[in-house]
Amino acid sequence: MTMQIMEGSMAVAETVKLCRPQVISAYPITPQTHIVEDLASIIADGKLDAEYICVESEFSALSACVGASAAGSRVYSATTSQGLALMGEVVFNAAGMRLPIIMGIANRAISAPLSIWNDQQDSIMMRDAGWIQVYAEDNQEALDLHILSYKVCEDHDILLPAFVCFDGFILSHVYEPVDIPDQKDVDRFLGPFTPYQRLDCKDPISFGMYATPEYYLEFRYEHDEAVKRAGEAFKKHAKEFAKIFGRDYSELVTKYRMEDAETVIVAMGSICGTIKDAIDEMRAAGQKVGLLGIRMFRPFPSADIRAALSNAKRVAVLDKNISLGAKGAAALEIKDACYGMNIPILDYIIGLGGRDVKISDIKEVVKLCEAGKGDMFYGLRQEVL
Amino acid sequence: MVDKSLELFDCGHRACGGCGASAAVRMILKGAGENTIVVSPTGCLEVFSTPYPETSWKTPWIHSLFENASAVASGIEAALKKQGRLGDEKVLVIGGDGATLDIGTLCISGAFERGHDFTYVCYDNEAYMNTGIQRSGATPYDADTTTTPAGVRSMGNSRPKKDLPQILVAHGSPYVATATMAYPMDLMKKVERAMNTKGPCYLQVHAPCCTGWGFDSAKTMEIGRMAVACGLWVNYEMVNGKLESVKKVKRVPVDSYLQAQKRFRHLFKPTRNEEEIAKIQAIADANAEKYGIDL
Amino acid sequence: MPLGIGCTAKPGKSRNNKTGSWRVYYPVMDNAKCTGCGTCQLICPEGCITGSGKTLQIDLDFCKGCGLCAEECPDKAKAISMHLEDK
Repeated sequence: MTMQIMEGSMAVAETVKLCRPQVISAYPITPQTHIVEDLASIIADGKLDAEYICVESEFSALSACVGASAAGSRVYSATTSQGLALMGEVVFNAAGMRLPIIMGIANRAISAPLSIWNDQQDSIMMRDAGWIQVYAEDNQEALDLHILSYKVCEDHDILLPAFVCFDGFILSHVYEPVDIPDQKDVDRFLGPFTPYQRLDCKDPISFGMYATPEYYLEFRYEHDEAVKRAGEAFKKHAKEFAKIFGRDYSELVTKYRMEDAETVIVAMGSICGTIKDAIDEMRAAGQKVGLLGIRMFRPFPSADIRAALSNAKRVAVLDKNISLGAKGAAALEIKDACYGMNIPILDYIIGLGGRDVKISDIKEVVKLCEAGKGDMFYGLRQEVL
Repeated sequence: MVDKSLELFDCGHRACGGCGASAAVRMILKGAGENTIVVSPTGCLEVFSTPYPETSWKTPWIHSLFENASAVASGIEAALKKQGRLGDEKVLVIGGDGATLDIGTLCISGAFERGHDFTYVCYDNEAYMNTGIQRSGATPYDADTTTTPAGVRSMGNSRPKKDLPQILVAHGSPYVATATMAYPMDLMKKVERAMNTKGPCYLQVHAPCCTGWGFDSAKTMEIGRMAVACGLWVNYEMVNGKLESVKKVKRVPVDSYLQAQKRFRHLFKPTRNEEEIAKIQAIADANAEKYGIDL
Repeated sequence: MPLGIGCTAKPGKSRNNKTGSWRVYYPVMDNAKCTGCGTCQLICPEGCITGSGKTLQIDLDFCKGCGLCAEECPDKAKAISMHLEDK
């Protein structure tokens, strides 16, 4: 174990290298670009034996991954925001074809208005696509979740693609100390890619056929079942990961000072770090506040969340996304998970388009929640409205 | 040499009787051989050959989306290369003209510019047949389609065919050719040559559609020959940007080719439209001059 | 039968679909007239003409009756004729 201080993007690229993808296909877009630049350098320097396809669009980036994965290679891509939106059709398609593609998402807002800064609208807009979605709180988790996701996705009982989401700029461009695992440990954990089926002239198979009404419903059912199974598979493989690497991600939700918490904040991604600091200060002032972090958004860990919130008096959900005309995605799902529990679950749309969220903001949200005020955009600058 | 007696496209597919595309695909696969991984974009071919689980493909085959066949092929080629399989196994895209000349052009341009080792064959039936005969960039001048209907103020499609072969020549493709299913030996030979040429190769294959063009299903080959005979379809090969071979013909006027198809009947009924027919004749004349097809 | 994960299938299954039922006209091959040129076999959109040389057979399970084979059979042979199905 060697701790190094490096940029989040480079930590991710160095880790992807350790996973030994054979084909990488990517297109530059802020704030993901450093990852694909670093991977290009790693290959150019002969440190990873992979084909790097400089495609002409994100749409082709993921399409090339579909082809390479179907041909039996481990693949990687990374994107964000508009790039993910452009990929949209392939995102759904790759999942339906059950190809274990891993894609890093440096989370960023969606246009219009154009914004290169962080929120989580991009991956959330793909929540129905049938991919596994995990969200990292810090750079260590971002890189570890890449390794773990390959393991889960390539499990022949799962066979799904995954987004490994980490907040753009806030994580992707920030230098933090990280432990880059040893190659031999990653090799031991992952092993070489053994495709469930592949394009092979010695054993021909047709991929991506179309399904008539007699079959489509069943294909969707099986896809849904696989996504649901991914939660347990993630826990199982995360336990094995913990044995080798010493870091335990086997909980699909993370808990911080939840033991007697009356007000529980629910959030995803890097904002959890800020929330923890805020909680420490509030706890010191005698407030019983805790954090429930959502590590896995798809499949949605409803049972885990319901159990974790069983003693809460009120819940404040911080959503860095909004289903316009409804609520934030996490709030909607948590209300569903906690149906009948009779606790107020209030939603706060926060930090969109890179708006900074400070410790004082978290304290303010808790104050609002305790006053029963929520289901709102937090932090609006009234003077420009 | 590939074994052209092999049948790599199975019976039971759902193409219309007399379908030029399905006949072309059998020939294309004979030219390509069994060590071929086929990528098909969405379209007639994809739909009539692969309702789950009834695939007609005896080669490995993949369909992802309408517009991404070249990008999928790029990924397959890269994977084969990395796995040491490329060469023993080859990558072939077979797609219709809508997927090729319209919606998939960006992906094709990217794949050709990057120089992947694969062959792209477009079966050109000159419209979106799968969705019901809508105009594509390959639809010829004045053709009546469901989105360019002939009417009181319309003579049908108002633009000539997009010249994708020349666009791909401009990409530096080592082998660009045109062919027709009406000349099977020539088609198979060109496919085999493309598959054995390193780099991205392109072949556009005239594939008459009896349903969309409006002619009897027994006439598919004859319509194909008529297109060549009048100069509206030119069979040629360009190797490294230079014209290497052209099928020369003793050219006949375009009239008989047009009259044989319902998609052009508005040019003859209720009265013969001399002005429009002359414009189509001028397209054939320009082809003849450009490629030197006249005997 | 379990579904092919990702909507995949092995070759051979399209033969379950007997397209011969679509036919309005059926072809009759006169092997005595056949010159063995192989044109019909090569151009058949169904690929349903089997055999070799002058002993070709048309598989009526799959023949859709398009008439291309009869149309393209060379003038000197004209070994294939089309007839209305009696349904």
